[in-house]
Amino acid sequence: MKIHKYDTVIVGAGGAGMRAAIESTKRSRTAVLTKLYPTRSHTGAAQGGMAAALANVEEDNWEWHTFDTIKGGDYLVDQDAAEILAKEAIDSVLDLEKMGLPFNRTPDGTIDQRRFGGHSRNHGEAPVRRSCYASDRTGHMILQTLYQNCVKEGVEFFNEFYVLDLLLQDVDGVKKSAGVVAYELATGEIHVFQAKSIIFASGGTGKFFKVTSNAHTLTGDGQAAAYRRGLPLEDMEFFQFHPTGIWRMGILLTEGARGEGGILRNKDGERFMEKYAPVMKDLASRDVVSRSIYTEIREGRGCGPDGDHVYLDLTHLPPEQLDAKLPDITEFARTYLGIEPYTDPIPIQPTAHYAMGGIPTNVEGEVLADNTTVVPGLYAAGEVACVSVHGANRLGTNSLLDINVFGRRAGIAAAEYSATAEFVELPENPAQQVIDQVERLRNSSGSERVTEIRKELQECMDANVMVFRTEQTIKTAVEKIGELRERYLNVSVQDKGKRFNTDLLEAIELGNLLDLAEVMAVSALARKESRGGHYREDFPNRDDVNFMRHTMAYREVGADGAESIRLDYKPVVQTRYQPMERKY
Amino acid sequence: MSTPTLDKHSAALDAAEDGAAHLVTVTFRIRRFNPEVSEDASWEDFQLEIDPKERVLDALHKIKWEQDGTLTFRRSCAHGICGSDAMRINGRNRLACKTLIKDINPEKPITVEAIKGLTVMKDLVVDMEPFFQAYRDVMPFLITTGNEPTRERRQSAEDRERFDDTTKCILCAACTSSCPVFWNDGQYFGPAAIVNAHRFIFDSRDEGGEQRLEILNDKDGVWRCRTTFNCTDACPRGIEVTKAIQEVKRALITRRF
Repeated sequence: MKIHKYDTVIVGAGGAGMRAAIESTKRSRTAVLTKLYPTRSHTGAAQGGMAAALANVEEDNWEWHTFDTIKGGDYLVDQDAAEILAKEAIDSVLDLEKMGLPFNRTPDGTIDQRRFGGHSRNHGEAPVRRSCYASDRTGHMILQTLYQNCVKEGVEFFNEFYVLDLLLQDVDGVKKSAGVVAYELATGEIHVFQAKSIIFASGGTGKFFKVTSNAHTLTGDGQAAAYRRGLPLEDMEFFQFHPTGIWRMGILLTEGARGEGGILRNKDGERFMEKYAPVMKDLASRDVVSRSIYTEIREGRGCGPDGDHVYLDLTHLPPEQLDAKLPDITEFARTYLGIEPYTDPIPIQPTAHYAMGGIPTNVEGEVLADNTTVVPGLYAAGEVACVSVHGANRLGTNSLLDINVFGRRAGIAAAEYSATAEFVELPENPAQQVIDQVERLRNSSGSERVTEIRKELQECMDANVMVFRTEQTIKTAVEKIGELRERYLNVSVQDKGKRFNTDLLEAIELGNLLDLAEVMAVSALARKESRGGHYREDFPNRDDVNFMRHTMAYREVGADGAESIRLDYKPVVQTRYQPMERKY
Repeated sequence: MSTPTLDKHSAALDAAEDGAAHLVTVTFRIRRFNPEVSEDASWEDFQLEIDPKERVLDALHKIKWEQDGTLTFRRSCAHGICGSDAMRINGRNRLACKTLIKDINPEKPITVEAIKGLTVMKDLVVDMEPFFQAYRDVMPFLITTGNEPTRERRQSAEDRERFDDTTKCILCAACTSSCPVFWNDGQYFGPAAIVNAHRFIFDSRDEGGEQRLEILNDKDGVWRCRTTFNCTDACPRGIEVTKAIQEVKRALITRRF
């Protein structure tokens, strides 16, 4: 076991982690621990753009953006945070341009902007061009630009270091962060990183679904580490299903395709979104579009031999426009489906995309131990966190924005904290829990296999807690997850070695997915209303009287060692926007 | 409202919508190496049933998950964006997640081995450090002087287009590890580093072009390129790598870029 000491440690090297690192490296001795090489992070898969009311191509302002974000989140958004997001969006985009990001340009040479779901002019009048973009690989460009600037700033990376545990210490009755424990993939060695401040920026947890746009590596590692140490997880029942994933594969096809004029059609060729969202049509918010697609499918208007998908139709757009604005996604259709999007519509279905919930933080990125108490020295930003700027449903282009605005904020806040704080003493045997976990898995001769449990988990989640939910389906999921968690105790791996043991890594990841799936299902069961991405067929309406509040889920361990989940609730911060009926 | 395309399906769309699995038996011949077990590398055959519409990455997962958990490779996004899974498939550098089995003749054994020119750590995993070091050495970041503007820097659509091709790079190393010069001499910067230098040299906003050109004028720089076009063939992003290298060479001669 090796012990390292840094002022600031950042866990994860996607957009949020690297944006934080650029700030904190200038101000404090910083290490970035990342499970993947930084440029492998899933920020790179984001396509359509980053929202900011630059008003480069038409009238726009950050107040409209704030409103759209709050409405998009079905009024579960903390409005003070949404104001910061929309206001700081403008500088965030300009900062990236100055760092070198090659945005598409207008004829004047300014940053070009395009339409995106849920972003509107003057509080819902019509779609507005707010998404700043670089072809259909904006996330790739952001990830590359941030990594390039990390190289410039000399950011210190520990690549393929997998953080498995968060060390918290009680100091005079206050819970403080002391460090993290990481597993080095290349050697199997355990490392303890003592740090004055820690930022979790480890991304999402979409791999508990089967059809998902998420990378294999998105397994909720940060959320699980915090949760197991008694910190709450906020709003985990809210998961976004992106309307246009490639049928059965789940690969993302950007909403920018509809922003450029693409249309969703059912088997009769009907532009069905006109029925569900007369004003915004195909550019309604993602939860609305995904539900509409499944309604078409359920009512027998789906496409294909089994009627289980619909079409994204780009055939009416000029090939030059597709080549210039949507080259990557049209290539995905050619590579993975063997079709030509100039002339064929693309078979699509909703795909599990984004966790609105996560580790609760305030607007400075400080992690909360309950509804109000911060954990000094602990921060989170990006998809792992819940500020909450996305509420019950995130708008497209607001996540690339979130990682930049709150990544930057967390990086500055953490480094400033490190400048004056003292190291918190490490607990005795700081790595013991991780050593036990790793050795148990490595040495187990149990009969259960990772692949089988993971497959059953993913199928159960797709069947029961996806776009439509009922008490019955969620209860089925809770029961099944409980059974899988039991079986997981008896899981074994074939690779017993230390060197690049990805077999072991997958087993650890599965443990995280199981814990988080259970939190999600239990949180969803208790929310007896429909709001944003959480749709209960047995409670189809939003219930502001009883449920305009954030869910806070805590892991409890009884005297007998039995685990359970305790749910609490946190009020939503409202500033100037009263909840209204949500129509697009 | 209907469209002509929906009235009459193309054969390709019908094939894409055929959800039934059409399994075939395929043999994968994989180059294995694990120094914890043996100092020597060896080939190992795996047979599996798989739909030819699936990816080579799906096949590797099937082998790892159902037959041999020790089989080791890197992957993440699984659709050609993250750059983790470059490997030599039937003797050619490709991304496992962007190669469908039907496209590489599944009737004969499909060979899979680690990319060449970088040290193999285990099975298909290589040491990427020298590759990233060459990348860092070309100063892959925007260099400017003077005061920053309040708003964005202006750039015409044409100037932006000038370096568009080289912004697509995902640093997968398929190009660099397909280059015979790099195989013989690991000191050579390699195509990927030059591509990333190109991305900035031809960016109208950048003022570090001269410095980068000096770096690439080195004995291990662009002049080592022998224009074999392996890199262009290997690039999973379709970047005209050899052309980019030629443009950097020309810029070195003319000092115009």
